[in-house]
Amino acid sequence: MKPLLEVRDLRVYYHTPRGPVKAVEGLNFALQAKERFSLVGESGSGKSTVALSLLRLIKPPGRIESGEVWLDDVNVLTLAAEQMRQLRLAGIALISQGAMNSLNPVTRIKPQIVDGIQSHGVQMSRREWDGRVGELLQQVGLQREVADMFPHQLSGGMKQRVCIAIAISLRPKVIIADEPTSALDVVVQRQVMETLRRVQEDLGASVILIGHDMGLMAQFADRVGVMYAGRLVEEGYVRDVFSQPKHPYSRLLMTSLPSLEKKGVFRGIPGFPPSLLNPEPGCAFRPRCPDITSRCVAGDPALRFVEPNHRVACHLFEERGEARP
Amino acid sequence: MTALLEARQVTKIFGRGLLKKQRTIALEDFSFSIGSGQSAITSVVGESGSGKTTMARLLLGLESPTQGDVLYNGRDLRRLSGTEWRDFRRDVQAIFQDPFEVYNPFYKVDHVLTVPIAKFHLANSPGESRALMEKALQTVGLRPEETLGRYPHQLSGGQRQRVMVARALLLRPKLIIADEPVSMVDASLRATILADLRQLNEEFGISFIYITHDVTTAYQISGNVIVLYSGSIMEVGDVELVIKQPQHPYTKLLISSIPLPDPQRRWGEELPAPAFQERTGDNEGCKFASRCAYVASECRQKAPTLFQINQHRAAACYLYQDHSALRLEEMDKIFVQRRASSTGSATVGGSLLETQ
Repeated sequence: MKPLLEVRDLRVYYHTPRGPVKAVEGLNFALQAKERFSLVGESGSGKSTVALSLLRLIKPPGRIESGEVWLDDVNVLTLAAEQMRQLRLAGIALISQGAMNSLNPVTRIKPQIVDGIQSHGVQMSRREWDGRVGELLQQVGLQREVADMFPHQLSGGMKQRVCIAIAISLRPKVIIADEPTSALDVVVQRQVMETLRRVQEDLGASVILIGHDMGLMAQFADRVGVMYAGRLVEEGYVRDVFSQPKHPYSRLLMTSLPSLEKKGVFRGIPGFPPSLLNPEPGCAFRPRCPDITSRCVAGDPALRFVEPNHRVACHLFEERGEARP
Repeated sequence: MTALLEARQVTKIFGRGLLKKQRTIALEDFSFSIGSGQSAITSVVGESGSGKTTMARLLLGLESPTQGDVLYNGRDLRRLSGTEWRDFRRDVQAIFQDPFEVYNPFYKVDHVLTVPIAKFHLANSPGESRALMEKALQTVGLRPEETLGRYPHQLSGGQRQRVMVARALLLRPKLIIADEPVSMVDASLRATILADLRQLNEEFGISFIYITHDVTTAYQISGNVIVLYSGSIMEVGDVELVIKQPQHPYTKLLISSIPLPDPQRRWGEELPAPAFQERTGDNEGCKFASRCAYVASECRQKAPTLFQINQHRAAACYLYQDHSALRLEEMDKIFVQRRASSTGSATVGGSLLETQ
């Protein structure tokens, strides 16, 4: 099946006085229609940079160096500025990290929802707007009265729902949610994530969920991609990656998660994430990897299929698969 | 036996506004004590706004209670003499949430270690001071030569948080109050810091109050747990009972909402979104009543006290009113007296202690 969104060899660098910081280095993935895909990684792994570059919102000193982002036979990265503006929200919508703090504190909720729709050229009467905003709010599980409230009158979870309402206001094909619940506690987090899932299913949209909480990914996503140092190191269906993580990093990440089942030993991943400024050749995970071989020093492993629908970038699995883009 | 640190029916109310007084009850009728006997790790779990941090600040003497007393060795914190206050600040240490904010960016990280050494006259010469610092850093698994002499921005979040643990350790405290010590640290480093804390508890007999919103790490690290909601204790007792078989409706909701890293066991039905203005703060009844599935008329009239369900667990809910109410003096006894973990031990940096 032809994917809805396809990212090919995306490279995004931040140009600092000390040299380029390679935040995203050769990223490839595809998103099917109606699919929930999640990108996980620790801070500094480049996951938020991916979110911003899909919308071309990278600001200097950051720059998209190369790559293609195909949405419906259109390469998003080659669009003119005005076409790109039209695509944002209508084609790809973003719920950014801490989106709830992006609401204007001195404006009521309704004009903030209307604003985005209007800027895409939709004209309506006042009564129609009221109906439209009320509908959107109900879709995300809020009362219609919220339209006339100010952000400070809403709790964190409610503000996040308003941001979801804005994101779905033009029925986008792809919703990117970058740590949408990082500031919320678990009960509210569950409610917001369930709302996002329901809205996505109603709309038939695809979601890219970005975050570091493996638990949340297991609950929400169909497929998961594990990022490390700006690259995808493993990608596959959630059940496969969680039950049989292949890459040493994903494996260690899984065992470092505290569980409610059994008390035991805390296993951290020794060492620290690498600097993305002038990375050394070879596999980026090498200094922390327990299964290091001589090949890891020489070459950067490519992402290969080790099983149908399960890709891993590690020299340990090289014999078993062929490199395919 | 007097407790090392004790809170007796502490209430903290923050007032706001000049013309129209707004009151926020941050903590209500909170009692708790840390014995000076065996060391233990006690977790305080709650969502944002539940009063966890206010509790920590009250216990540290950074905030004084509106009602009730905080006692250190049986003496009111507000009436300590100069020397007693010094002892208190030595015995009770804090680790805060944000490893980025606690450092002054203009000083090298050495500064946070040299200040307590100088203030408490721990060393007689610069060489001795250096040795103390190195030992403390090694204990938390940091290499002194890679840490000392650096500026805060040159260290990662996890490293900075471990330097704070080392600082707390320098003074050989009896109790460390750790307020969300790992919430801003990545998952791979989180386990390492928690292992450090557990190791300090086991090797040096330091008690911990571990404040968190993360039930899973609380379960892993502690022997006893206090569940706070909107400033009141909902459920308290042995972590194995409270987390494994929660009884209070709030604890049940909290535990069932944890996103488990297991795609086979997903959340069930969509929870109804809460109505807005759910917390009015000043109402009389149970604070959880507006979100509770088992709410009865009496819940809205008067808040329930803690009922002792069994020897090591109490819950503040009318569902358990057949059981006797927990008496304040008995609060200690509800906690199980055992080490947080007898099986688990620190893996990362574990061997470093032996070098001392």
